Amino acid sequence: MADHPILEVENLCTTFSRGGTALPAVRDVSFALGKGQVQGLVGESGSGKSVTLRSILGLARHYGEVSGSVRWQGQELTTMSERQLRKIRGREIAMIFQEPMTSLNPLLTVGTQLTETLKAHTDLGRRARRDRAIEMLDHVGIPAAASRLGEYPHQFSGGMRQRVMIAIALAASPKLLLADEPTTALDVTIQAQILDLILKLADEMSMGVVLVTHDLGVVAQTCDTVSVMYAGRVVEQGDVRQVLQTPRHPYTEGLMRSVPQDVPPRTQLYSVPGTPPSLFSLPKGCAFAPRCQAAGKACQTARPSLQDIAPGRQTACFNPLPATQEDAA
Amino acid sequence: MTQTVMKIDDLHLSFPVSRSLLDVVQRKPGKAVNALNGVSLELQQGETLGVVGESGCGKSTLARCIVRLYEPTSGEIHFDAENIFGAAARKDRSYNRRVQMMFQDPYSSLNPRMTTGDILAEALRVHQMRPEAEIAGRVAELLELVRLPQDAVDKLPHEFSGGQRQRIAIARALAVEPEVLIADELVSALDVSVQAQVVNLLLELQERLQLTILFVAHDLRLVRHVSNRVAVIYLGRIVEIGDSETLFSAPSHPYSQALLSAAPSLDPDDKGAAIQLEGELPSPLNVPPGCPFHVRCRHVTAQCRTVIPELRALEGRGEVACHHAEEINHHA
Repeated sequence: MADHPILEVENLCTTFSRGGTALPAVRDVSFALGKGQVQGLVGESGSGKSVTLRSILGLARHYGEVSGSVRWQGQELTTMSERQLRKIRGREIAMIFQEPMTSLNPLLTVGTQLTETLKAHTDLGRRARRDRAIEMLDHVGIPAAASRLGEYPHQFSGGMRQRVMIAIALAASPKLLLADEPTTALDVTIQAQILDLILKLADEMSMGVVLVTHDLGVVAQTCDTVSVMYAGRVVEQGDVRQVLQTPRHPYTEGLMRSVPQDVPPRTQLYSVPGTPPSLFSLPKGCAFAPRCQAAGKACQTARPSLQDIAPGRQTACFNPLPATQEDAA
Repeated sequence: MTQTVMKIDDLHLSFPVSRSLLDVVQRKPGKAVNALNGVSLELQQGETLGVVGESGCGKSTLARCIVRLYEPTSGEIHFDAENIFGAAARKDRSYNRRVQMMFQDPYSSLNPRMTTGDILAEALRVHQMRPEAEIAGRVAELLELVRLPQDAVDKLPHEFSGGQRQRIAIARALAVEPEVLIADELVSALDVSVQAQVVNLLLELQERLQLTILFVAHDLRLVRHVSNRVAVIYLGRIVEIGDSETLFSAPSHPYSQALLSAAPSLDPDDKGAAIQLEGELPSPLNVPPGCPFHVRCRHVTAQCRTVIPELRALEGRGEVACHHAEEINHHA
């Protein structure tokens, strides 16, 4: 962990309300991110990972209630006015969304959409903006960049559109990139190219990255630290090696074992019984208890809080799994 | 005792693209999307054949051709020694019962206004699988088979989670007692923990009911897990086909090699020797001449640019469509 984190998220809670009922989408999420670090948020659909990301940038406040604290280089983002936030969004913190097909404006050329960002966040002149746009497209690996500035999003393939999204996000040289499932809609071969690109740029520009994904393989290959989320809460977080290799929370272990890797072919896969709970009717105790094999009496009635179990390693479980390999190492 | 249940022979399918007025005026020839360019394969009794490839390579088109949702431009599919696109088979609706398809999206593949009971009973009635009096009993049996609670009968699709919906889709397909199941990205829309449950169910049912499955998916780990044999498709052509374990542990075609090495490993220390592919899948509107993969291939030679490689057996491996398979795998 870097000595001075650039982003500190503390007890972030986001609540939506539907028909008078409160929907706790995110509860008590805390993590810190250093310069040039890549932090992963992993979990199944509905676990609150995307809402966490949106809450950081103040996008969730339009339709939900956000509490807790998000400190960006010492500034508190949750209480900041829209006007002030607008200066930070895009310039200091950029975001890439999941669907490259729908997040670009189909009526504007790619060049217009790229230079728009530069116009808002830099004081470059028209000619300089165009040069910078070409440079960015070139940088993200789009061939014949100059001639493609005048083209529309539909003339690009999915992978190329995601590259355009990245180029737009990175045009103003942000210090933090929030990536919401940037490769989920893409093929594995393109996924590898895009992830490599994000990592390379993060390294070159010493930019922090928060990467939301549901793919544990992507986490293993790209992140330095990871938080595993379940039903709106972080159940386990820490160094990516430690979390994936010696998971201490039964849910993390269940996720890891559900992926068919190094198991005899055509045998029954390990699967976590049951389905994730509805956020409207969360169990009273630990949200994972109904699906957990290690659940005891305490798990039904009380909710375990996130506890330090090793330096930089936390888990929220009354009966954490033994740290076998850690002892051996 | 392997017995061939289905034989696909040199299947071609192209979708014509509407010509613009300018093209007509300039007398330009009409274009076509060449989705399948000569696919030949055999399905053996009781096996699972995995089909993998990037999006747009034609894997779903192939699945849809097999269940006669698309009619191929040329080529034949033989089931029980009869061409399913022939006149006689056209009249005979039993093929529709014996080969069943399950779709990718559990949210749009079930009629939102029909209860689970109606969905299953409809399949039974249409194919006259049971007399009216026994239908309710059979529906209960089917729910039991896919491990859904009995009270699911009166529920509508929106009351179920994605995993449960795919179970309904499986139950509906199994209602008519098919011999072949076509699973088009059956579990792709599901979360990892639920995915494993559905895959387990499928494997178990296959064993119990002696089903033959064509498993189309883009998740390579999953395909490796469920398949006996695997076919790798690139631009509407099979580039490699063979035993699943052999193919995954030692892929022979340069495209299979790149595709498999691109799947991220779960081990953070295993950064892998990923073979980066340059560029993307060419548009099926103009498939490159010669080997369709030559524009992205590291081993390309003059021969690849002009001559289309045929699928041929490679010693100790499956069948590979590459001019230079021997040399490539000799160095590897």
